[in-house]
Amino acid sequence: MRHLFEIYRAQLKVTTATQLQYRVALVIWMIGIVLEPVIYLVVWATVARSKGGDVGGYNARSFAAYFLVLMLVNHLTQTWVFFEFEMRIRQGTLSPLLLKPVHPVHADVAQNVTFKLLMLVVLVPVMVVLALVFRPVIHPQWWGLALFAPTVLLAGVLRFLVEWTLGLAGFWSTRVSALNQIYYVALLFFSGQVAPLSLFPHFFQVIASVLPFRWTVSYPVELLLGRLSGRDALLGLAAQAGWILLSLVLLRVIWRAGLRKYSAVGA
Amino acid sequence: MSFAFGPESIRVRDLRKVYRVHEREAGLLASVRSLVRRRWREIPAVDGITFSVAPGEVVGFLGPNGAGKTTTLKMLSGLLYPSSGELEVLGFVPWRREREFLRQIALVMGQRNQLAWDIPAIDSFELNRVIYRISRADFRRMLDELAELLELWPLLHKPIRNLSLGERMKCEIAAALLHQPKVLFLDEPTIGLDVTAQRRIRSFVAEYNRRYGATVLLTSHYMADVEALCRRVIVIHHGRLLYDGDLAGLVRSFSPHKLIEVEMEQGSPDLAGYGEVVSADEGRVTLRVPKHATAEVTARLLDEVPVTDLTVEDPPIEEVIEHVFSQEAR
Repeated sequence: MRHLFEIYRAQLKVTTATQLQYRVALVIWMIGIVLEPVIYLVVWATVARSKGGDVGGYNARSFAAYFLVLMLVNHLTQTWVFFEFEMRIRQGTLSPLLLKPVHPVHADVAQNVTFKLLMLVVLVPVMVVLALVFRPVIHPQWWGLALFAPTVLLAGVLRFLVEWTLGLAGFWSTRVSALNQIYYVALLFFSGQVAPLSLFPHFFQVIASVLPFRWTVSYPVELLLGRLSGRDALLGLAAQAGWILLSLVLLRVIWRAGLRKYSAVGA
Repeated sequence: MSFAFGPESIRVRDLRKVYRVHEREAGLLASVRSLVRRRWREIPAVDGITFSVAPGEVVGFLGPNGAGKTTTLKMLSGLLYPSSGELEVLGFVPWRREREFLRQIALVMGQRNQLAWDIPAIDSFELNRVIYRISRADFRRMLDELAELLELWPLLHKPIRNLSLGERMKCEIAAALLHQPKVLFLDEPTIGLDVTAQRRIRSFVAEYNRRYGATVLLTSHYMADVEALCRRVIVIHHGRLLYDGDLAGLVRSFSPHKLIEVEMEQGSPDLAGYGEVVSADEGRVTLRVPKHATAEVTARLLDEVPVTDLTVEDPPIEEVIEHVFSQEAR
């Protein structure tokens, strides 16, 4: 365990050094993560105003709150392992990773965490400016405030596990990018990135709650905004925990099967 | 051949690796058809090879492209699992990739980078130090030694992407050796490098082998690598083992020819009647003759031509190898 901690620390340093080499790329990426929610925010605020100030319980300022918190949660939970895996398997860069006496997932976790922390330094000031412009309001319960950080953490873990596992599809197919596209479109809608899930039809909400999507992004946002009952909040925690356990099992099983395949057909 | 004794480093028995590849003809219609019914073909990349390597031995793996060299190295290092046969490295079954096994081996591929592209080598080395659980003292000592031997000092703090191919390769090799692997697999370590860099890496590998008694298995297209490093060579072709023994023996058993160099007082008479004339200068003629006819031709030359000097030689190794590979595997 201590050894693993040391690996993480060393990997953290390497990733930081690497990321700082690409300041321009970081800025472009930043624009991406900020721009999308801001566009939805402007659209929905306009709709709310034209409908007399309210759409499904959201007015312009609560939409602002929704999309600003979403921006933060989306950043904190997102990964790019999906793209990486395809390249790794196709270009054979996975092989050297397999020959190291440590599971490759750890390097990914460390890189992911480092990147998020680094970017937070830029994202937070941007969010402050946006808050001054759009003047969001939230009405959280005390337990909503207390549960926000832990649920974001769980959401991050869950999303990482789900996307890492899906990335393993690269062991069987050289066209993972197609799967990737489908996944991202699904994520966009089902995780509440286009609009709060409560604005969608009921059956749509059921799908979002049965699949892991809602628990990876939307749920902590709803919690902080004070839109969940105590019972729903607890159910959410249970859903996160359940999906994390299931994903862990799936990751292990699929990873093993993938490696068998990889080492059968040529690495 | 080796002074070391005890259990072998590497034991391979009847090793096979068969790839199952999806066969498809060219053209749109064929691709559509292949969606419905896939045709598979089995290609044996390694087709039943047996050998063992003693600790501390340096063995050259020779064979043309596609002979099965890299596939064998990948099976030995644990990246591929064999279709059949037995395989043991340092007493481990490689494909299980146990940590204890991985900590004692290294695989360097000349055509693949392992070091992070954007950061200086020293940072990647530090990461390896932690991953392989190398103590700071050992790390310092090993780094000093590697940097000295490979002349790394000026390179360590530059981002890898700013290094030349040769410099990068030196860093790759250093990174792979920081944990002092007992078995080292080198797949084309000098590919694409200039002569100076090749020589540097060659002498380094020899030195590493001498200092640490590491077992080295090396593939290369450059005969110079093999000649400089390996007393023993294993030749494979079409996945089968053609030869296992020392270099001189390889020439003896595979070259059907000898070269006879004849020196004469003056002139260069036409000696085509004695054998194939390879070169003819003033006073010196080189002939290629079938091995079995060497004695007879030599006697005739001494008898019939005013010879001042005569030497019989084996053809250069490159030529022999080329000859071997141009034949179909038996």
